[in-house]
Amino acid sequence: MIPLFGLEFIWFSIFVILIIGYAILDGFDLGVGMLHLFSKKDEERRLMLNSIGPVWDGNEVWLVTAGGALFAGFPDVYATLGSAFYVPIMILLTGLIFRAVAIEVRSKSPMAWWRWTWDILFSFASFVIALSLGIALGNLVRGIPLDHQKEFTGTLESLIHPYTVMVGIFTVSLLFMHGAIYILMKTEGALHDRMRGWVSPAIIAFIICYAAVTMTTLIYMPHMTEAIKARPAFFVVALINMLVIANIPREIQKGRDGRAFASSCANIILLMALYALGSYPNIVRAINDPENLSLTIYNSASSEKTLEILLMIAIIGIPMVVAYTIAVYWIFHGKVKLDSTSY
Amino acid sequence: MEVEILARVQFALTIMFHYIYPPLSIGLGLILVVIESIYLKTKNPFYLQLAKFWTKVFALTFALGVATGIVMEFEFDTNWATYSRYVGDVFGSALAAEGVFAFFLESGFLAILLFGWDRVGPKMHFFSTLMVCLGAHFSAIWIIVANSWMQTPAGYHIVGEGLSARAEITDFWAMVFNPSSVDRLLHSVIGAWLAGAFLVISVAAYYLLKKRHIEFAKSSLKIGLILSLIACVLQFFSGDHSAKGVAVNQPSKLAAFEGVFKTTSEAPLLLFGIVNTKEQRVDYAIGIPKLLSILSFGDATAEIKGLDQVPRADWPNTAVIFQTYHIMILMWGVMFFLTLLALFQWRRGTLFSSKWTLRALVFSVFCPQIANQAGWVSAEMGRYPWIVWGHLRISEGLSKSVTANQVLGSLIMFTILYFILFLVFLYLLNEKFKHGPENVSKDIAPYHQLNLFKKEKDE
Repeated sequence: MIPLFGLEFIWFSIFVILIIGYAILDGFDLGVGMLHLFSKKDEERRLMLNSIGPVWDGNEVWLVTAGGALFAGFPDVYATLGSAFYVPIMILLTGLIFRAVAIEVRSKSPMAWWRWTWDILFSFASFVIALSLGIALGNLVRGIPLDHQKEFTGTLESLIHPYTVMVGIFTVSLLFMHGAIYILMKTEGALHDRMRGWVSPAIIAFIICYAAVTMTTLIYMPHMTEAIKARPAFFVVALINMLVIANIPREIQKGRDGRAFASSCANIILLMALYALGSYPNIVRAINDPENLSLTIYNSASSEKTLEILLMIAIIGIPMVVAYTIAVYWIFHGKVKLDSTSY
Repeated sequence: MEVEILARVQFALTIMFHYIYPPLSIGLGLILVVIESIYLKTKNPFYLQLAKFWTKVFALTFALGVATGIVMEFEFDTNWATYSRYVGDVFGSALAAEGVFAFFLESGFLAILLFGWDRVGPKMHFFSTLMVCLGAHFSAIWIIVANSWMQTPAGYHIVGEGLSARAEITDFWAMVFNPSSVDRLLHSVIGAWLAGAFLVISVAAYYLLKKRHIEFAKSSLKIGLILSLIACVLQFFSGDHSAKGVAVNQPSKLAAFEGVFKTTSEAPLLLFGIVNTKEQRVDYAIGIPKLLSILSFGDATAEIKGLDQVPRADWPNTAVIFQTYHIMILMWGVMFFLTLLALFQWRRGTLFSSKWTLRALVFSVFCPQIANQAGWVSAEMGRYPWIVWGHLRISEGLSKSVTANQVLGSLIMFTILYFILFLVFLYLLNEKFKHGPENVSKDIAPYHQLNLFKKEKDE
């Protein structure tokens, strides 16, 4: 029996927390981005853009830090994933660059063609980021071919599998819904009313994708359910997840947008928890020989000494990060308004 | 072409393009703190105008710094997987610390700095500016510690052999304070201050030439020149100290900087020359006798190790490094001279009418950028053939499963992308400078429109 609270386990948990933070926070940025073209009015687009204006680049930092945490805690995983997902990462980076620049510059010039160009880039980049992250996640669930040197042996085509594409689309639908609820919470007036009409189809699309991915995973990815079979108590996580999802349309119906958003956040946390439970202790599953070649949190971790140092950094740093993240969100709470500093 | 050279070119391109922006953020961050503290003290709305203008420029440099910086982080694992495995245990904790301590601090408070003028009080706003500035400086600390560890490794031991060898940390503080980290950190941060200072100087001089926003320009110029004077003086000592460290820790690098082929005592300090690697000498050399020995070891007879101490195949590209190193020093000289000249003419009261000085100041913005880039090229190319000094060769650090086509493809993609980005950056910067600072009296109520904001909230 592996001790539950080894340093490796703690550091893996911190990594998962960082990824969850990214998925929740930048998740709504990406959702807002994908929704951006749904409105044709410049003022409404600016309202949507400025609803994420002060926070989006702080949200992106969660991904940067998760990458750093992976490098530090599990250098083998970091190195293997980087070369395995070479092309998806390049696409992801291009998406992140274009999104950042598009947000920064679209409102700097009044010309319609200028704004339209950047609007399309902003929206498309958000979609591409969500899709490529989803496909990467799908590959982690399904597994990738590895050799004894922990090196990736597959090709780019081997990453594009019906299942991984399905998880990609699922991720897009999840973040689209998340972003729609966020805008609902942050806006008022005509835009808010119209957004209310868009939220329901977004939720329905998400639930269809959710059902499809869940069924496919149960049938074709049985390794994901072993943890739940071994410890039936974990089934509660899946059950709560379903209840939380059911709660989202209920809160929307009652007009309690804040609670709907909280449910959407809880949904993301639980989905990530299910993923982590299912794949533990593997981080990268070797599809050709899962028993022997997979990168687990144990065979790919840094030395004990480094994990201790990292834990100290996390204990000092993360409470501070959480504190001022909350402070910043508090300062910018409430419905978004345009002023002279807006994008 | 080979994967190795492509991967090196790609890294050089992305890091050099990235390094245009962080120094500007660090330097401007410091200038914003200065301006806002004056505002807090005098409560003069004029300084608010100043702060708001430079905040907008800061935002632009910051956004591009983040957008290009994220590429760097992922390039380690895509192109340099073996290196990542090798150094992950040591290097990773510095990177993770950078993320947790620096990036979150910077980006979190940046929200308040940029968008919080009407949402928080002036003291809170000043605090946010301070935190952003601190975050920018922190982010320099960790990454330079990591890079310095690659130059002068300390606090580690090597575990395993051959392909599975890797460095493991034994002493965190020895790793952080490795022999070159403090010198190189100070040197880089002061270089960043100069980048910020000269951006401010250049824009202010431009306005003075065009006779627009005169008061605004004068204040900006004053702050810029004072910071530049301090930084130039500090940089002299920092550079001297840093080079002394290189002489001890990385003698072959110093030999390449100064074009020393044969180990000699009483080595001269060359001011100019063209390195002839084939004949192993420096052509057209102009130098000061014995000075290199004196500067490096405080002794005119001290022996300077030449390139003959290392195998021919392991020589860094001396012809290039010699020039970049000397360009860096030349740029420092130009900056120092211009600063002194401008300050002197200001005291005499002739600065604002002397067109040529102002014109030179407008173009001075390139000096710190060239110096920073040239300095880093010297430092990094001087490390050749090592990726981790004395332990891991550059050729051994590559990813094994990555093909030349992948690297070439992404290299072309980034080249085009960065070219577009650079055009956008220049366009926006130009727009901002053409537009100039907002007029204060029109839309700024006393003290941050705070009263206005509160009223609106109550309604």
